[in-house]
Amino acid sequence: MSTRIERRFAELKVAKRGGLVVFVTAGDPTYEVSRDIILSLPNAGADVIEIGMPFTDPMADGPAIQASSLRALKNGQNMPKTLNLVREFRAKDQNTPIVLMGYYNPIYSYGVDKFLKDANAAGVDGLIVVDLPPEEDSELCLPALKAGLNFIRLATPTTDDKRLPTVLNNTSGFVYYVSIMGITGTRAASDVDITAAVGRLKRHTDLPIAVGFGISTPERAAAVAKVADAAVVGSAVVNKIAAEIGADGKPGPRAAQAALDLVKSLAAGVRAARV
Amino acid sequence: MSIAAATPPNSYRTGPDEHGRFGIFGGRFVAETLMPLILEVEAAYNAAKIDPKFAQEMDYYRTHYIGRPSPLYFAERLSRELGGAKIYMKRDELNHTGSHKINNCMGQILLAKRMGKTRIIAETGAGQHGVATATVCALFNLPCTVYMGATDIARQQPNVFRMKLLGAEVIPVHSGTATLKDAMNEALRDWVANVENTFYIIGTAAGPHPYPSMVRDFQSIIGVEAKAQMLEAEGRLPDTLVACIGGGSNAIGLFHPFLDDRDVEIIGVEAGGDGVETGRHAASLTGGRPGVLHGNRTYLLQDDDGQIIDAHSISAGLDYPGIGPEHSWLHEMKRVKYVSATDLEALDAFQMLAKVEGIIPALEPAHALAYVQKLAPTRPKDNIIIMNLCGRGDKDIFAVAERLGTKL
Ligand SMILES: Cc1ncc(COP(=O)(O)O)c(C=O)c1O
Repeated sequence: MSTRIERRFAELKVAKRGGLVVFVTAGDPTYEVSRDIILSLPNAGADVIEIGMPFTDPMADGPAIQASSLRALKNGQNMPKTLNLVREFRAKDQNTPIVLMGYYNPIYSYGVDKFLKDANAAGVDGLIVVDLPPEEDSELCLPALKAGLNFIRLATPTTDDKRLPTVLNNTSGFVYYVSIMGITGTRAASDVDITAAVGRLKRHTDLPIAVGFGISTPERAAAVAKVADAAVVGSAVVNKIAAEIGADGKPGPRAAQAALDLVKSLAAGVRAARV
Repeated sequence: MSIAAATPPNSYRTGPDEHGRFGIFGGRFVAETLMPLILEVEAAYNAAKIDPKFAQEMDYYRTHYIGRPSPLYFAERLSRELGGAKIYMKRDELNHTGSHKINNCMGQILLAKRMGKTRIIAETGAGQHGVATATVCALFNLPCTVYMGATDIARQQPNVFRMKLLGAEVIPVHSGTATLKDAMNEALRDWVANVENTFYIIGTAAGPHPYPSMVRDFQSIIGVEAKAQMLEAEGRLPDTLVACIGGGSNAIGLFHPFLDDRDVEIIGVEAGGDGVETGRHAASLTGGRPGVLHGNRTYLLQDDDGQIIDAHSISAGLDYPGIGPEHSWLHEMKRVKYVSATDLEALDAFQMLAKVEGIIPALEPAHALAYVQKLAPTRPKDNIIIMNLCGRGDKDIFAVAERLGTKL
């Protein structure tokens, strides 16, 4: 039985184009606006949706995503609400894969077994947990695979050929290549480096490769989608939301639209990349 | 847990296991970018540990630069005033730079040099670890960047200036509560971006494996010396050890050599802030539950959703929502008893020691002292307590003056 993620990447292969993976933080800036954005993402052109589970101390993220987490938490976002957001999405869309991304503590606190059961029931397809390297696979990765969820691992420029098999083992769905050494929303990698890195990963795995960190424009997304199976954009979308937040801390009427407009242009870039 | 506590292990000193765990605590919960380097640090440390040259180097700098051994001082007047047990103080506040932090920094910088790293980063709360790191960086001519919460910068001005004099760059951290946990987040972010040339000198016995055990090993000189000094002074082991706990490095340094001496009672004192019952405190073991932060599983202050709660303490060095993983394990094994002292109790103890013994302690060990003040009078006169006086209070006089309403 294939998963929604596997089916989506198979479709992209048939369509002969790279995909667009869009990251937003659950509940940013509010539950309602966040739901509006997420429900509209497939129409705007997102092929896969990554939903950030907010955490107070996101140590691999830059200021943009940390601020988005704190906005969401301030407005009452929590794990049950994040799972509910997925449930609401899944009631309307059966095909777009949802990947939950975040840090381990909110999951550990919720309870691993209960989390896997509730995530599955809500319609989550995969997990990316930044602070769970292969050395900690028994915590969540193995139980998640057993529960039928994809566990998507991050590979980085520091993951050398010797370590790569360890990282790829137990990875499923796709591999997320972090194209820079650093945190989200900061530097960008060069095309030469990305091409070389994707080639290296492809020698080790048949899984699709999504490339992220530092991709903020349609041009960059297109360049990445040319050589990888998908481009991931996060901070740039989150920044669009942040820009619409007023001095009173409340989201303006254009918050959702501003984010979706960027996603549309990114999607157009990705779609034009390989013609 | 209760079963484990009922059947004590043969030794409390064998941890961590090969996964960096003390029971369920510890581990390596870090982003993949850091993982290869963490493994490299572990391999380098394992090699250094059995290299006599490394031990010789450590000995040399301990003796000639740090000024070890530190005295084990019998606080006769204090003991008399409290009217109970004999109180000894392990005087690590007399170390170069004024606290125990240098014991660890010296070990880690010698390791960083062995690994060929050319840049050092650190986080700091009270600034003592930052000063100690800046000091060893000056000594070994390595560039040093220290992350410090903006709140802490405001309340630890003398140490900020000291770090700058020593040539370090001090970067204020404004995110979160702008205290120690946020400084640690920011240092980890720097490390992720600069893994190739940078060594992160973590200041307490926490973080991903091998840091908790490595820092413990470097700090264990405190307990090793104290044991020998006590045997020399009294011909026997102490009845009780008391130390304050931020992340737990001075405490584990004193405790570890005594863990298998089952008759020695061991007490860790967390920062009770306004009182544990108020929710405004930094007592992770008394008021928290197990979770995962900064690379390890340990007791954390957190809400029902697993979000980290801000710690509160008058002492910037104890103002951290977590604790080293070995303490979490010793707590669950019931080998060490963990209690707390409030801001007010620590302030009282701070002033008392200055008047009674002519020693101005740092606010951190003032917490340990506050508990000793309660404990000693309940003990017979032939009882012996060792308290870790792990830092001096010069850095705190401005903050204390402000709390006491005195303008300097
Ligand atoms: C003098 C002193 N004692 C104690 C601490 C707390 O750290 P730890 O619990 O690791 O000893 C600090 C931290 O800054 C300190 O400066």
